[in-house]
Amino acid sequence: MSSKTKHPTGQEAIEKFGWLRAHRFLLLRRAAQFFFLGIFLLGPWFGIWWVKGNLSGSLTFDVLPLTDPFITVQSLVAGHWPELTGLIGAVIVGVVYALIGGRVYCSWVCPINPVTDAAHYLHDKLDLQKGWQPKSGTRYWVLAMVVAVSALTGTIAWEFVNPISMLHRGLIFGVGFAWAFVVAVFLFDLFVSRRGWCGHLCPVGTFYGLLGTKSVLRVSAQNRAACDDCMDCFAVCPEMQVITPALRGQDGDTPLILAPDCTNCGRCIDVCAQDVFHFTHRFDATPAPGRGARSRTQPATGASRAA
Amino acid sequence: MSATTRKSKPMDRRRFLQDSARGIAGCTVAGMALSQFVTDARALPAQAIRPPGALDEGDFLASCIRCGLCVRDCPYDTLKLAELGYDGPATGTPYFIARDIPCEMCDDIPCVVACPTGALDHSLTNIDEADMGVAVLIDEEACLNALGLRCDVCYRVCPVIDEAITLERSHNERSGAHAIFMPTVHADKCTGCGKCEKSCVLPEESAIKVLPRRIALAQSAEHYKLGWEDQNPLVDDLIDLPDRLPGPGTDNLVAPGGYLPGAEPLPDPSMEGGFKPSFKLPGVSQ
Repeated sequence: MSSKTKHPTGQEAIEKFGWLRAHRFLLLRRAAQFFFLGIFLLGPWFGIWWVKGNLSGSLTFDVLPLTDPFITVQSLVAGHWPELTGLIGAVIVGVVYALIGGRVYCSWVCPINPVTDAAHYLHDKLDLQKGWQPKSGTRYWVLAMVVAVSALTGTIAWEFVNPISMLHRGLIFGVGFAWAFVVAVFLFDLFVSRRGWCGHLCPVGTFYGLLGTKSVLRVSAQNRAACDDCMDCFAVCPEMQVITPALRGQDGDTPLILAPDCTNCGRCIDVCAQDVFHFTHRFDATPAPGRGARSRTQPATGASRAA
Repeated sequence: MSATTRKSKPMDRRRFLQDSARGIAGCTVAGMALSQFVTDARALPAQAIRPPGALDEGDFLASCIRCGLCVRDCPYDTLKLAELGYDGPATGTPYFIARDIPCEMCDDIPCVVACPTGALDHSLTNIDEADMGVAVLIDEEACLNALGLRCDVCYRVCPVIDEAITLERSHNERSGAHAIFMPTVHADKCTGCGKCEKSCVLPEESAIKVLPRRIALAQSAEHYKLGWEDQNPLVDDLIDLPDRLPGPGTDNLVAPGGYLPGAEPLPDPSMEGGFKPSFKLPGVSQ
């Protein structure tokens, strides 16, 4: 643990490429999150009604309808067939995320992401235990539970508690006590379960993950042969299990990170001093030799840094 | 179940069953809590009125995605989204409080047009057919008109004046010499816009309030008939017996005592030409 404080995650990349480049995707993500919140706030705050509504459903420039497909699915199992506008909006959103990666929603759009990232930052600073780590299948159970409750109660069940819409709608329309849900998620991630909400439980992320199972935009560990086992990517990745098959793959294995859990946040690209990762498409067949020859050598110093 | 045994054994049946049981148990508990929460949130308070065209509360919660587009397109800022803890309706769903800002009943119903899911029914195109609730003169002891004065404000502001609210005149027993003009709501015409409730001159609460129909209206029993409104006979499908009028050409004469198909047309020759009635109809030449 002390080694971590001596040598923080991404230090090598910062020294090699500069702070800005070693944080470019983080900065871009924050900008995107700010943008997707700000564009909704233009209307209520400044009277510029480019976008009306919220992340559950919106109308942009009075022509482009967008609807959350997960909410639409719950509505369908609850027994309501939406109007065409709502369906078209859900299809547009669904197709876009199916192409660029479902969980791009989580890391680039969702307003809860900065909350849980802040919880993780503090968790790291306070050197807390990782706490309860639900099994990898738990999120699918939660998703199934939400769909089942929607069907049984005939309601869009998750919208009664969804911290994402509570926060987003709250900021745009007035929050009431909905901030309590956001604080609950923060405290849960901080004290109960490290990266527990977004990484293990949230059914919205799970749904979008399934939506993006065959997405085109992917991160590739193209240059994995250059990996020096510093483990920074594992330390920074919110879903670190997705890296292993790509990074540790042999010559024949694909360097693409194909797991639907990957949020395409690009932090692994940021922190890697060896430039192992980059964004590409899933049909990218550039040969990527594995690290077979190097795997028998001593791991580079600092391997124990991985959290 | 230590980490070492788990690592040495691949996913076996026991572990699969254990994990599944855990998942199911955990999600059942969480699901029950969520169901309870959802069920509680379904209880819509009486003073919260849904926008025009809103489906029944059960269907509404299956269809409203809480996007607030109806709120944005309401030109009078009547509608708002419920905030957790402050307002009664399910968090984030649209409603209005008539005493604060009533529905102005726009002809083009922009809130319904804006709804992307049909939680506000798009088949509602005539705002006079809206059914947000029904006004009820809830406090006859405080209502000025009921006391024999002429306030009439609720009647005057009603967008469906003389149909949804009428003033029914009756004798003022207190003074013995005056009339009482009682504001009377006709539920089939009332849209529940709440303008009467908003404009009631009483200081705090209104004497006339819009309530959801489920609360305000009683059901008439199915077999009740108001004889003065409904001219139909009391029993449906009365047997319509053939008219047995006297006169030539009726079977009454052809077959006295019963009509036999195919029987001789004139069983008794003496009856030919029918019988002569004992009375004479005026203006009928015999």
